[in-house]
Amino acid sequence: MTERTIQVEILTRVEGEGGLLLKLRGSDVERIELRIYEPPRFFEALLRGRPLEDVPDITARICGICPVAYQMSSVHALEQALGVAVSPEVRRLRRLLYCGEWIESHALHVYLLNAPDFLGFDSGLDMASRYPEEVSRGLRMKKHGNQLIEALGGRSIHPINVAVGGFYRSPRRDELERLIPDFRWCVDAAIETVRWTASFDFPDFSRDYQMVSLIHDTEYPMNEGDVGVLEAGPGPDGGRGAERIPVAEYERQFREDHVAHSTALHSVRVGTGRPYLVGPLARVQLNWEHLSPTARELAREFGFDRTCGNPFRTIVARSIELVHAYEEALEILGSYEPARPARNTYAYRAGAGCAATEAPRGLLFHRYTVDEGGRVREARIVPPTSQNQGQIEADLRAWVPHVATADDATLARQCENLVRCYDPCISCSTHFLNVRVERA
Amino acid sequence: MKPKLAVFKFASCDGCQLSLLDAEDHLLAVAGALDIAFFPEATSRMRAGPYDVALVEGSITTAHDAERIRAVRRDAKCLITIGACATAGGIQSLKNWADHTDFIRAVYATPEYIATLATSTPIADHVHVDFELRGCPINQYQLIEVIQSLLAGRRPRTPSHSVCIDCKRRGTVCVLVARGEPCLGPVTQAGCGAICPAYDRGCYACFGPAAQANLAGLTARLASDGMRPGRIAQSLRTFNGYAPAFREESDRLADGRDRVDEVRR
Repeated sequence: MTERTIQVEILTRVEGEGGLLLKLRGSDVERIELRIYEPPRFFEALLRGRPLEDVPDITARICGICPVAYQMSSVHALEQALGVAVSPEVRRLRRLLYCGEWIESHALHVYLLNAPDFLGFDSGLDMASRYPEEVSRGLRMKKHGNQLIEALGGRSIHPINVAVGGFYRSPRRDELERLIPDFRWCVDAAIETVRWTASFDFPDFSRDYQMVSLIHDTEYPMNEGDVGVLEAGPGPDGGRGAERIPVAEYERQFREDHVAHSTALHSVRVGTGRPYLVGPLARVQLNWEHLSPTARELAREFGFDRTCGNPFRTIVARSIELVHAYEEALEILGSYEPARPARNTYAYRAGAGCAATEAPRGLLFHRYTVDEGGRVREARIVPPTSQNQGQIEADLRAWVPHVATADDATLARQCENLVRCYDPCISCSTHFLNVRVERA
Repeated sequence: MKPKLAVFKFASCDGCQLSLLDAEDHLLAVAGALDIAFFPEATSRMRAGPYDVALVEGSITTAHDAERIRAVRRDAKCLITIGACATAGGIQSLKNWADHTDFIRAVYATPEYIATLATSTPIADHVHVDFELRGCPINQYQLIEVIQSLLAGRRPRTPSHSVCIDCKRRGTVCVLVARGEPCLGPVTQAGCGAICPAYDRGCYACFGPAAQANLAGLTARLASDGMRPGRIAQSLRTFNGYAPAFREESDRLADGRDRVDEVRR
């Protein structure tokens, strides 16, 4: 039996720095490691002693691609700790802001990071010569997502307008309404995106996922809901068969484990010890009934109303969420009323709060303890990529035998392609080092 | 021959290099004018140096990275730092004020993790830097200006005046004077577009200290408005807290209580 060691020094077209190590004996996988060498930045430790008002500004800096997600999970958790409710107008504005982030992040991933794998290019930029229309469509879709975050958040990376209790200022109606014509164009562009990505050639590969996403009774989940767990299986589900777990129970139901083949911590379900999947593929399947009308039809047409366990098809799920995000954004933009006041006031009190929201890459859990002077005593953050990490390794283990006859370079590339399907954000996931700290 | 560009990442959030991909209207033009030889976030094709220009994001927090930045320097004709992490040490430099022994003991319950340095330091503490682009995150248009300047063979033009000037240009009512809102705009370098006061909040210094900033003048004013010295120190210690001007003033205000978690509001 020949032994092979394949090392991907730098995973490309992902956010942050990581690599991949594979050891094979024949077509058997002896060892697989998704290696993370991104240096830890100790956010949970840095937050201790800071005024709670600083938290959304500081946690945004965990990730330049999904700062809104960090801001959203943190303000919701802190509002729970303080016992402050937000107005319906603020709630809608937060959804609108989240739509902007899903759009810029998903369009970046679909067009510049992931599509090149299916079309045989090294980058989205290289793709531009053969697919000029598609690349410029993707760039324009992404731009309008960024413009939405700018209008509402002040700037697209690390927005400045999110506050505990609401926003620092409600945008004027004209600041938002001027986005409407472009967003109408974007809905059509997103529909074309779904048809385009669905036409890619997908490997015949499927996994029995334990899919985890927020679920909500009446809406596609972004900022609130219960944690839904759906076991992959036959038949239409739409989240109906999903187990529901209150967010407050999250830490009792999911834990981070040390597994023998890796030095990385892996999130698993307590009890079964199984890894699980978060992100668009899980979210669409648990919630397809609450997608916007056009997105829902597309989800049905492309089979997401039944269980799809093919991680390569996540790009289609992500594109369907683009349709949803533009449609929901249009709906909010069209009926926008500025929130007055822009934020609710609160009194400090000692307490704890937790929240989960849906980052573009999946569920993002935050918990904070604050003291009577409004300072952070303890913080815990569980980002989506550290939750997916165990699942990514398990999927690689199953995927390698399909491509084991290929030469080393091709095999490495095939594995990298699979890793990219999860849109891993390694800058975020280095966080789990800190999470371990909290438990030590 | 098109200039060869490389983009390197150290301890950071990825946001500053994302600014390049977020320059949607200019991206294809930039890609056409430069030879993108190494930019792992954007392309799987990676070529070895030497490079004409290296954009460096992130701060130095590990011994391995302290070595790696030297290699980057050797390979780069022109090294430009992008953002607060690379230029001032970033938010992670808050650990520079923490008790290192406690910190490491708390974090490294298991020894197999990579070793981390006691500090997070800017790139210029390790190697010569040809140009620094401020901001958390950087301003996309300043980045384009830097790239255009390099192509034209001139020095980039970025402002060194304070946020106050941009606020006046924008016609925003002063949040500090009119509402007593703590604002670091008077001591912070412009570049963001003075967005925070336009959104009814004080500037929190994403672009670091402005040239000749009168730190003592501003902090005295904040104190007379009722803000405690410890809280003022803490507000200087964020993304650019380790930049010399902010560091010195915050240390003076913290008055020996140099552990961040002891600073009281």
